[in-house]
Amino acid sequence: MEKKELMWDYEIEGKDFRNAGRVSSKVKDILKELGFDPDFVRRVAIASYEAEMNVVCHADKGTLHFAILPQALQIVVKDRGPGIPDIELAMQEGYSTAPPEIREMGFGAGMGLSNMKKNADELHIVSTVGQGTVVEMVMRSPRSRQGSA
Amino acid sequence: MKLSEIIKELALTIQSAAGRLDREVTGGYASDLLSDVMAHSKEGDIWVTIQGHPNVVAIATLRDLAGIILANGRQPDAETVQRAEEEGVPILCTLLPTFDVVGRLHRLGIHGKD
Repeated sequence: MEKKELMWDYEIEGKDFRNAGRVSSKVKDILKELGFDPDFVRRVAIASYEAEMNVVCHADKGTLHFAILPQALQIVVKDRGPGIPDIELAMQEGYSTAPPEIREMGFGAGMGLSNMKKNADELHIVSTVGQGTVVEMVMRSPRSRQGSA
Repeated sequence: MKLSEIIKELALTIQSAAGRLDREVTGGYASDLLSDVMAHSKEGDIWVTIQGHPNVVAIATLRDLAGIILANGRQPDAETVQRAEEEGVPILCTLLPTFDVVGRLHRLGIHGKD
């Protein structure tokens, strides 16, 4: 994988619960295919799924950019949506602003951001109320087992 | 224990992925909160829930779960079954409530965190 940077971009539709999780499945399949360590793939899948679901549950639409850099894996999820007024509060496990109909489906447990934090090595959130949110996660990886793509 | 043996022991009805019942079940998890399952289930687990919408298939796929048991007489949505067939995720149904499903799984030697 020397010097080669691999990247992918996906669209995420807000409120599209039918396709929710598909982007994260693709991310997972790519990493699995490239031979990454299963525990690393698991961490990325959880973090990516939670970021994807936040867009589906809260935003109008968004994108997931995912890049395999020489030293790490980077996931950037950007959305056009309501934004997060108080990020510190939103990070608290159990805090959620999900509406009741979403909670009934088992979403909105208030675990999304904390699951991301637990599984990513770095988590950066920039949010503007009324405009949207950008979540960047960096996962420092054991190298691809096969060493190339 | 293989999934097919659990199906027999608990008299579960098979809703999807009938060709994938040979898998070894290595543990179990029970919850209806998707993020909780995402965070705490393990590969090879059987997942007991009452959620029958298509997103359960995404969770099972992402976490490599052995299968999903829908408790309390819940039935999967048609779309859930379709997704589960596509992804090869066995969905199994029972009239037993979650508590009793988990109790019986325990008796069969299927545990959560060991």
